[in-house]
Amino acid sequence: MAASGNNEVFAPWKDRDAVPLIRIDQITKRFGDFTAIDNVSLDIYPQEFFALLGPSGCGKTTLMRMLAGFETPSEGRITIDGVDMASVPPNKRAVNMMFQSYALFPHLSVWDNIAFGLRRDSQDKDQVAARVEEMLKLVQLSQFARRKPHQISGGQRQRVALARSLAKAPKLLLLDEPLGALDKKLRQETQFELMDIQEKTGTTFVIVTHDQEEAMTVASRVAVMNNGQLVQVETPEVIYEQPSSVYVADFIGDVNLIEGSVAALGEGAELAWAEGRASLIGQLGAALSKGQSATFAIRPEKIAISSDEPLDRRNRVRGKILDIGYLGNLSTYHVELPEGPVVKCEVGNRSRIERRDFTWEDEVWLSWSDTAGLVLAR
Amino acid sequence: MRRLSTFNIVSLTLGFAFLYIPMVILVVYSFNESKLVTVWAGFSTKWYGELLQNEAMIDAAWVTVKVAFFSSTIATVLGTMAAYVIVRRGRFFGRTLFSGMIYAPLVMPEVITGLSLLLLFIAIGLDRGVLTIVLAHTTFSMCYVSVVVSSRLVSFDDSLEEAALDLGASPFEAFRLVTLPIIAPAVISGWLLAFTLSLDDLVIASFAAGPSATTLPIKIFSSVRLGVSPEINALSTIIIAIVTVGVLTASIVSKRQITQRLKEEAQAD
Amino acid sequence: MRRLLVAVPYVWLVVLFLVPFGIVLKISLSDIALAIPPYTPTLDLSEGWTGFKAFLSQLDLENYVFLTSDDLYWKAYLSSLQIAFLSTFFTLLVGFPVAYAMARAAEEWRPALLMLVILPFWTSFLIRVYAWIGILSTEGFLNQFLMWTGVISEPLTILNTNTAVYIGIVYTYLPFMILPIYATLEKMDGSLLEAAEDLGCSRMQAFWLVTVPLAMPGVVAGCFLVFIPTLGEFVIPSLLGGSDTLMIGKVLWEEFFNNRDWPVASSVAIILLLILIVPIILFQRNQQINKEADQ
Repeated sequence: MAASGNNEVFAPWKDRDAVPLIRIDQITKRFGDFTAIDNVSLDIYPQEFFALLGPSGCGKTTLMRMLAGFETPSEGRITIDGVDMASVPPNKRAVNMMFQSYALFPHLSVWDNIAFGLRRDSQDKDQVAARVEEMLKLVQLSQFARRKPHQISGGQRQRVALARSLAKAPKLLLLDEPLGALDKKLRQETQFELMDIQEKTGTTFVIVTHDQEEAMTVASRVAVMNNGQLVQVETPEVIYEQPSSVYVADFIGDVNLIEGSVAALGEGAELAWAEGRASLIGQLGAALSKGQSATFAIRPEKIAISSDEPLDRRNRVRGKILDIGYLGNLSTYHVELPEGPVVKCEVGNRSRIERRDFTWEDEVWLSWSDTAGLVLAR
Repeated sequence: MRRLSTFNIVSLTLGFAFLYIPMVILVVYSFNESKLVTVWAGFSTKWYGELLQNEAMIDAAWVTVKVAFFSSTIATVLGTMAAYVIVRRGRFFGRTLFSGMIYAPLVMPEVITGLSLLLLFIAIGLDRGVLTIVLAHTTFSMCYVSVVVSSRLVSFDDSLEEAALDLGASPFEAFRLVTLPIIAPAVISGWLLAFTLSLDDLVIASFAAGPSATTLPIKIFSSVRLGVSPEINALSTIIIAIVTVGVLTASIVSKRQITQRLKEEAQAD
Repeated sequence: MRRLLVAVPYVWLVVLFLVPFGIVLKISLSDIALAIPPYTPTLDLSEGWTGFKAFLSQLDLENYVFLTSDDLYWKAYLSSLQIAFLSTFFTLLVGFPVAYAMARAAEEWRPALLMLVILPFWTSFLIRVYAWIGILSTEGFLNQFLMWTGVISEPLTILNTNTAVYIGIVYTYLPFMILPIYATLEKMDGSLLEAAEDLGCSRMQAFWLVTVPLAMPGVVAGCFLVFIPTLGEFVIPSLLGGSDTLMIGKVLWEEFFNNRDWPVASSVAIILLLILIVPIILFQRNQQINKEADQ
């Protein structure tokens, strides 16, 4: 990331003087015996697009519902804009939420849905009308204003829900799986629309999703959650390139995991993984000591495949092609190593299919650079 | 779907004949000239005329409608509240007792409900009349209302109410502006059910009514005990006609709405 | 606000359902008296705790002993049970084929057929019972018809017998039987029968081995919906039944209104309720199981 001149990169979390909008301070939430959120602390800054990412049941929705005020923490404190939220009910918070089901009021028109929140605060009809028109324009739905929710398509409903939750210009907008109900193509388009709207309005967005691709696309920072805890909170690039644990590496994108033990520590780390083979060299991804068991993580697209031994690279292994998956833009090779592991490697298809070099049962070499892989604690 | 077998056609025909022939006879013989209900003596509407002259009958009808209106309205309010509490409120003190009391009157024999309410009214020295019938009818019909409304509330998406709160509505506003309009059809059918139950009730009303107030079913019952009368046939015909028109209209309206909605949904996507 | 939401219906039910029921229980333990109200003792709170103790000491089970010693009552209970059982069975016999045929009818016909079953349900119960008086009486339509066809030469006496009561119950409660059975049969996947036939069942075997077991929840629900209210029925036996028709609802009514014996009427009510508890609990369990099966 190149910061040039006064055009600084947006990264308030690196700035010691920045004041967070939301301060989640040692929050724990229990439902009976079940601990949904386990001692979580997190700061979210103004104008961030923050993603809570995790599998279902990891506690991300509970955390979001506590921000909205639908759940109260069992322990800990949430402050928004410096105000303790403990005794503030949902209808008194400057926080709005876009629900997973959209929760559009079926008996009200698109227009009335968007006006609903505005009418709670303001008696001035013209002011409400002006704001509703503005929101309709923002989500490009002006011509559907008089329709009822069941008279518009799923994508349009999603935009009404967004407009409704943005209408009151909240300090914080919560989005619960906002694109979950859309088909893939529409979802991808909408992701960019969301980013666009977030930038235009300057609202802080917190999005809950189980779709890592979505989180990576839209968010300025991603918090990966598991079992009610935060596993890693970082920018998408760092999450992908430098996952802090095997869990994150495995959850975000595709990864090859090779078990072994730390053979040497220096600039990077060396991992002994099979009798009589050279160690694998990679970056150190966690605090490890020599001899400790560890996992080598390498992304499939960082592996090169060749028929001749690539002598210029220290990380090279030989194996037999087990499976080839042709995906159009790229091909995936599953290569079985004689030592046991099956390694997945992805190669971009830049030329036409006729020039495919390898086929089933071919003996091939796989190689990657010294900095491509990560050595992580198991 | 296979074609209906002969057996099925026969069962449908016999079944519906059994259900409808008695009512058809009732209606036809309300236009009978003769005083003898079972002997046809020519077409006449004179029994309808006599019915309209029968002031006691008209008074009873008026009392019945009044009772039904008030009891079903109160029962709808209370029953909706009870349904909301049962479906939405998690735990509260005496929840088991509460839901028990809501469902018990549905299976309680009417004679027992009537007897127990009468004994209460006497114990607290309440004069029997319109008020006591309204109280009695409200008590048993609110349970029916709460069953109808709670079955709708169970499938109600909680996030709608949360969305209203989130947008700044108070809990009461959320209920009034969002929940109530959406469950309104169930509340209306609850009211209609309570209204008909009250119109129809003989046993509980007999216990709860005093000499000052007589409802139509009580009147019909005491007159029927003395034997059939063409006037009662005429009255029955009027009631059957009202119910039929009401039920048919309701079902046609709701069918129209559903078709309309399906059409609009199909166009939207 | 939220408290009020619970409190209002709660208090209403306590005052108008639970307390009256306590009064019935209390009076069932009292003695009949020629007074207003016609029972003794009455609770006099002005004497405080001693008055309450004196009141308690005067309560006894005498009325219940009386119920067991006078064979009118236990015969009435037995005959109510018998009538309820038999008429439930007859209703099932009539209702099942109708529900089955409805479920097998073409889809566009089903709402209309359903309407036809529901319509009588909204029509006055009393009127529908009344309609049968004109049909079943000695000079009624049924006798006229049968004599006209020559099946009988002398009119039959049906009105004011138990037969008339059975007919009345089957007629008025038929929708309660048809609706739940239809609901289960209508949900049934038609390909199940095709699968059964494909696996070598005859039509008849497929019916008994697939349709009937699957319809069971509806059948059970329908039977309870007929049985429970029939047991305490008053209108039908008093309009269609004869003087020898013994049903407990009628006995209770007469005990209360004609004999003005409130304590005995109350204990009759308590016993009836005790008898009803068994089918009610069974019914609720059945509903619970069905609900879980649906999820």
